Amino acid sequence: MNPEPPEERDGTPVGRRVFLGTLGLGALGVLAAPTLQRALEGVAGKDPTGLTGLLPNGGGFRYYSVAASVPDKNATDYRLTVGGLVDRPRAYTLAELRALPQTRLVKDVQCVTGWRVPGTPFEGVRLADLLDAAGVRRGAKAIRFTCFDGTYSESLTLDQARRPDVLVALRMQNKDIGHDHGGPVRLYVAPMYFYKSAKWLSGIAVTDRVEPGYWENLGYDVDAWVGRSNGRTDEPTS
Amino acid sequence: MSLRADTPAPPAARIRRFSRAERWVHRTTAALMGVCVATAAVLYIPQLAVLVGRRALVVRVHECAGLALPVPVLLGLASRAFRADLRFLNRFGPHDKVWLRAALRRDRRRQVRPAGKFNAGQKIYAAWIAGATLVMLGTGLLMWFTHLAPLVWRTSATFVHDWLALTIAVVLAGHIGMALGDPEAREGLRTGTVSQEWAKRQHPLWRTRQRP
Repeated sequence: MNPEPPEERDGTPVGRRVFLGTLGLGALGVLAAPTLQRALEGVAGKDPTGLTGLLPNGGGFRYYSVAASVPDKNATDYRLTVGGLVDRPRAYTLAELRALPQTRLVKDVQCVTGWRVPGTPFEGVRLADLLDAAGVRRGAKAIRFTCFDGTYSESLTLDQARRPDVLVALRMQNKDIGHDHGGPVRLYVAPMYFYKSAKWLSGIAVTDRVEPGYWENLGYDVDAWVGRSNGRTDEPTS
Repeated sequence: MSLRADTPAPPAARIRRFSRAERWVHRTTAALMGVCVATAAVLYIPQLAVLVGRRALVVRVHECAGLALPVPVLLGLASRAFRADLRFLNRFGPHDKVWLRAALRRDRRRQVRPAGKFNAGQKIYAAWIAGATLVMLGTGLLMWFTHLAPLVWRTSATFVHDWLALTIAVVLAGHIGMALGDPEAREGLRTGTVSQEWAKRQHPLWRTRQRP
């Protein structure tokens, strides 16, 4: 008894070939990805329309927030506190931060998830200046950063924080930092993966040991040098 | 008793197309795929990411749904009807070539679209989406458990995962679009039965023996 036409049951196993072929292409894709990605970034870098920014890995920033919602802060209600193991703790308004000497850096931004945005200008106050103004006490080892999203946190060692390419950034891409990019004030740690550059920065506390930040508690490296951490080999950014 | 008693459908007019087990496999797979697509959209599309936030939670939901995605099909293998349909999906006969050639010409005439229980397009879709799902699972695991493999693989896995996600979104939209265009095909998956006329029209070579 054979209720099906023979070809329905006994034909060529094309389905299996398509299935295995798809798996094979996937594996091949993983092997060829570095080459393909470089080619793609080359195209995206020259794209005047910005359409490639909509494609995966096409370039441009991506919005990451770990909190449910983030309040808006502006020139009237924004405050940055500097405290912890310092002699002169204080809070800065946006205007006070703008009045301090500004440093401009233009470097690539590298996210730990793979995307990279070339030549991005950041402007702001050197973190080292704020630490010097506050007077770091003996025994201090590290900095803990907190954010007004209520959730995110970051850390740097004191040596890392004093680097000249670490800014409390007020401007990015030649304009005041907007809310989605972490404005009005965010951290900018040029030589490290971008998760170190905490958005919506509201607190700088000098501590006697490194307290790992939000993503670091979820497995990312604390010392997040671009190209030398998180198992990645990207070109260093600073 | 029933309101439909006035217009009774002759019992022979309905044909069993999918068993209960098969319908549940499809339903749960579709639901899990839906969760994967929705969470992926929140992770990829900046406007949605701004709206939802909660990145760690969305990632966790995405991971769990992705991990569970192949489970309904694997459980379905216990069903004889499901295994039989997998065999039909796998095997291509001469009529499938005719169907594919007509599809490439966009020729919609019924006589050039011969099909058994599944048409050639459905067969290729099933095989491709199964393979693509496993590629997504593999690259997803590489991105998730970064210490499983040489570490440069993570970037490559992300690249493949991103681009294949975009491809799956397009193909899935086609799959859903075609289902929206054929209410009776949807009824087949909802109730398990289809009308004799529909079966004859859409799947003329499908030899049915089971009746509900």
